[in-house]
Amino acid sequence: MDSTSHNKEVIHPLWLRITHWLNAVAVVIMTMSGWRIYNATSFFGFSIPRDITLGGWLGGAIQWHFAAMWLLVGNGLIYLGYNAFTGRLWRQFFPLSPRAFMADLLAALKGHLSHADLGHYNSVQRAAYLVVIADVVVLLLSGLVLWKSVQFPILRELMGGYEGARRVHFLAMSVLVAFIAVHLAMVALVPRTLLAMIRGR
Amino acid sequence: MANTNHTKHSQWLVENANTIVKDARKEIGRVVHQPDRRAFLQRTLTLGGLSLLSGCSLVDENSIETALMSMSRFNDKAQGWLFDPKRLAPTYPDSMITRPFPFNAFYGEDEAPVVDEAAYRLEVTGLVADKKVWTLAELRAMPQADQVTRHICVEGWSAIGKWGGVPFASFLQRIGADLSAKYVGFKCADDYYTSIDMPTALHPQTLLTLTYDSQPLPAKYGFPMKLRMPTKLGYKNPKHIQAIFVTNTYPGGYWEDQGYNWFGGS
Repeated sequence: MDSTSHNKEVIHPLWLRITHWLNAVAVVIMTMSGWRIYNATSFFGFSIPRDITLGGWLGGAIQWHFAAMWLLVGNGLIYLGYNAFTGRLWRQFFPLSPRAFMADLLAALKGHLSHADLGHYNSVQRAAYLVVIADVVVLLLSGLVLWKSVQFPILRELMGGYEGARRVHFLAMSVLVAFIAVHLAMVALVPRTLLAMIRGR
Repeated sequence: MANTNHTKHSQWLVENANTIVKDARKEIGRVVHQPDRRAFLQRTLTLGGLSLLSGCSLVDENSIETALMSMSRFNDKAQGWLFDPKRLAPTYPDSMITRPFPFNAFYGEDEAPVVDEAAYRLEVTGLVADKKVWTLAELRAMPQADQVTRHICVEGWSAIGKWGGVPFASFLQRIGADLSAKYVGFKCADDYYTSIDMPTALHPQTLLTLTYDSQPLPAKYGFPMKLRMPTKLGYKNPKHIQAIFVTNTYPGGYWEDQGYNWFGGS
């Protein structure tokens, strides 16, 4: 009994809206505290401005990071589980072809893309959401290596060792932040999408 | 009269100048990170998407700090559960040793304590059968092992070093420690203190090290001894150890009491 079949106006079911916003909270905490943790060594040669970091000192940032990770993982598993069991994953994100992606990307750049049906994802959205889901998985796995490098030897070697995992973790964060920037810009362009993610309609 | 006192006082100052400066430095070292820690809560409450919390008097700073601390305790349990005592940290060839190996402490390198080798005694207390004190010669007479492993710092850098000494498990067995106790605690000559879980204490790569790179540990790396655990972050590896105790009462640690995670390792 999918609620969308009864009420055509519901674009995002309640479980999706709840997991979306919990994820947003987790991602904001993880990213800002992660920036403070990065600043302790700044191994890429630059620092993140202190005012946009969370935790104040390294120990505080680590406390936030390692508390919010449970929210990110737990909520993420619920999101993926619901998507798989309700069939939404296949319905919303597939089929996806390079040709359709290029066509939709071109249309988007020309401003021709339709937003009439917010419940239907175009190919660019599909690709972007799938990429960001995969990216968060990479973030989690590289984070697992940083946290427990001895306990996950195969994962550690896949990430290029402990030092490799730090860089993978940072680069995956950068991809996530780039996604968020585009995501927020799109919401600003089509503000109805924000309402839909709050009210469901 | 007053003048004589003044002169005596000056003399005393001159004679004890070094000790006074050293003590003062220690005190400064102790408090210097405090403002940083205070800032933790201010920033905690006023940033980004969390700014709503600062406007809300229902959520005060202490309850957030308490919540984060109890999450950290929960993470200790989760990590204890994840810890496989048979999993080994990677080892490396001598050619990969980081030179020079970095110095790191809550004080400067020239302030590392100078411990007198002849007068040194290691004290062993708590849940142990044999509470005798140990000399360095006795420790050196025990079977030794060495390892080249990666030291990972909580700050996000790592370096490969070579440590040698007594496998800690065999030392604990030798002193008749209660191996079912929860904690092993350490007190150090630099006023540092920390504690570890018993499974990590018994891990085959946990060494009571007496040497660095096949030479007696220099002062900067923790003379006369450092507990080296490649499964733990740097701050869990105490240097200049003077006393070891086995206990079931949570002993905390210098950084841990300020908020660093207690388990602190892999």
